[in-house]
Amino acid sequence: MSRVNDWHIMAALALFGIAAPFLLPGLVTQLAFLWLMVVFALTWDMLGGRMGYNSFGNIVFFGIGCYAAAVLQRDAGLPYFEGLALGLAVGAVLAVLAAIVFGAALLGIRGHYFAIGTLGLGIAAGEIASGWRYVGAGSGLALPLYPGDLGSREFFFCYSLFALAALCFLTCRWLYGTRFGLALNAIRDDQDKADAMGLRTTRIKIFAWSVSAFFLGISGGLAANMIGFIDPRDVAFAGATFGVWMVLMAILGGKGTLWGPVLGAFVFHVTQELFWTYLLGWQRVALGLLIVVIVVFFPQGIMGWLAERRERRGTAA
Amino acid sequence: MLDNLLLFFQYPPLAIDVILNGLLIGAIFALAAYGMALVWGVLNIVNVVQGELVVLGGYVTFLLVQSGMPPLLGLPVSAVVMFCVGWLIYRAVIFRVVDKDIFISILATFGLSILIQQLANLLFGSEVRTVDAELGSLHLLGGTVTLAWIKILAFGLALVAGAVLWLFLRHARLGQAIRATAQNPRAARILGIDTDRVYAMTYALNAALCGAAGSLAVMAWTIHPYVGLPYTVRSFMVVVVAGVGNVAGVIAAGLGLGALENAAGFIFGVEFQIAFVFALMVAILVWRNARAARKRSHLQ
Repeated sequence: MSRVNDWHIMAALALFGIAAPFLLPGLVTQLAFLWLMVVFALTWDMLGGRMGYNSFGNIVFFGIGCYAAAVLQRDAGLPYFEGLALGLAVGAVLAVLAAIVFGAALLGIRGHYFAIGTLGLGIAAGEIASGWRYVGAGSGLALPLYPGDLGSREFFFCYSLFALAALCFLTCRWLYGTRFGLALNAIRDDQDKADAMGLRTTRIKIFAWSVSAFFLGISGGLAANMIGFIDPRDVAFAGATFGVWMVLMAILGGKGTLWGPVLGAFVFHVTQELFWTYLLGWQRVALGLLIVVIVVFFPQGIMGWLAERRERRGTAA
Repeated sequence: MLDNLLLFFQYPPLAIDVILNGLLIGAIFALAAYGMALVWGVLNIVNVVQGELVVLGGYVTFLLVQSGMPPLLGLPVSAVVMFCVGWLIYRAVIFRVVDKDIFISILATFGLSILIQQLANLLFGSEVRTVDAELGSLHLLGGTVTLAWIKILAFGLALVAGAVLWLFLRHARLGQAIRATAQNPRAARILGIDTDRVYAMTYALNAALCGAAGSLAVMAWTIHPYVGLPYTVRSFMVVVVAGVGNVAGVIAAGLGLGALENAAGFIFGVEFQIAFVFALMVAILVWRNARAARKRSHLQ
């Protein structure tokens, strides 16, 4: 067998993340979105894949991050970077608080009920934001202009999101190796047994959702600044795009694996950038079709498929 | 918001108008919810595409009226067309996910819901559509309470449909097969019931119910491509409150939801009505879970 291990892939990805904006200057914005997608897929997989709680509402935390940054940058009267830093910090704190509150209420619910309940949560948040005057209601909010040189803006957000994605990945990697990671898997496999063995399942679940929410909150603030404008239904609480992509990318890559969500995010984002423009308005129809096809015919994901193939070769030899 | 609340209580005829209109609209929710309860009970699937079936049923009636047919004819035609659509959806996707993990069926039907929603947007446009059934309105209490006859008709039809369905499940051969499959699919297969056909018929029947609900919705209210998910959530909520095998409960919960939603739309403003629907569902799930937890702690 080859000697390629996690560290080699991580080093290659780090090199790619640092060098790519210089090598591919025309694609910096797409790269920034790629890192955002990696954060989305990883944070979704922490609950969906590792813990077996399939949330359709993680977009709420992203939206909270968006709005926290936008409102603070509008009202705090600070210079751009101070305002941004404060906005990100507050966004992260609010997202974590929201995860604790919603988690205490919703994480006791299982199965269909949790999935549909979180779906409702995401849409309700979008609807409330689009009716709330203080946050711009249906017309959304514009963010302050980036003060640096023309062109440096994309670089700044690309590297920020890369750093966030890397931090998120390393956190997941570390957490999955600890007792906490094992506890997550125990909850997925049999929650009643995990309870009976003395795991404090409710606390563990809320903590896992809070970790997801922390990264999503920060990514929300960064993405809102990168896009420059937030719309309640199409950017911040974009359940029909970002919210679904999270789930789709994690499943495509292989849920419950460390590399699956990253791989899924790469494959999905690259495919989307390459082919989406040819679909001319049929993108969202294609998205629906893609979900059905992947879920029905390819639920084990790329990593699961690779593992199956390796197993089959092992038995044949 | 507070003004509206005061108005609501200080001027009873207005409150009666809002609540009665809500009750009548609730009949449409009950009809869609009945189909969801059927699919949930028999196939063990939460059919997230439910609302889109309602919307499609509405578009069938809309297109018929556009081509010069009388509106009320749209009702049976929508039901029949949607029966076929439901059967096709079952044959294309649903039968592959019936015995899979719950999450897979939810996500697959969710994908279908996005697919149909966006197709409807491309084919029929994103405008809000409505059909005038030309039946006029009933005025009560000196004109302060206005009830459109079509809403009253929808209410009556929903009750009749519920009764017919109940009789069908109780006495018809296929209805009995459906109930047997819901109770124990394996035993039903051993007794010679073609469960795959039962599943297909159940799903198609559900789609027909949704088609009828959509047809009534486009006449009594409005329809646009993005209104599907709220119908799904309303049906889900009604089934969660009423329970899966409870016709009378589904009708009562549907009517109650209609009245509650209409009152909330009046008090908080129409722009928050959809938010209210979704928030109410989350609240119901949380309340249900808290109740179950309390029961568990009594047992310990």
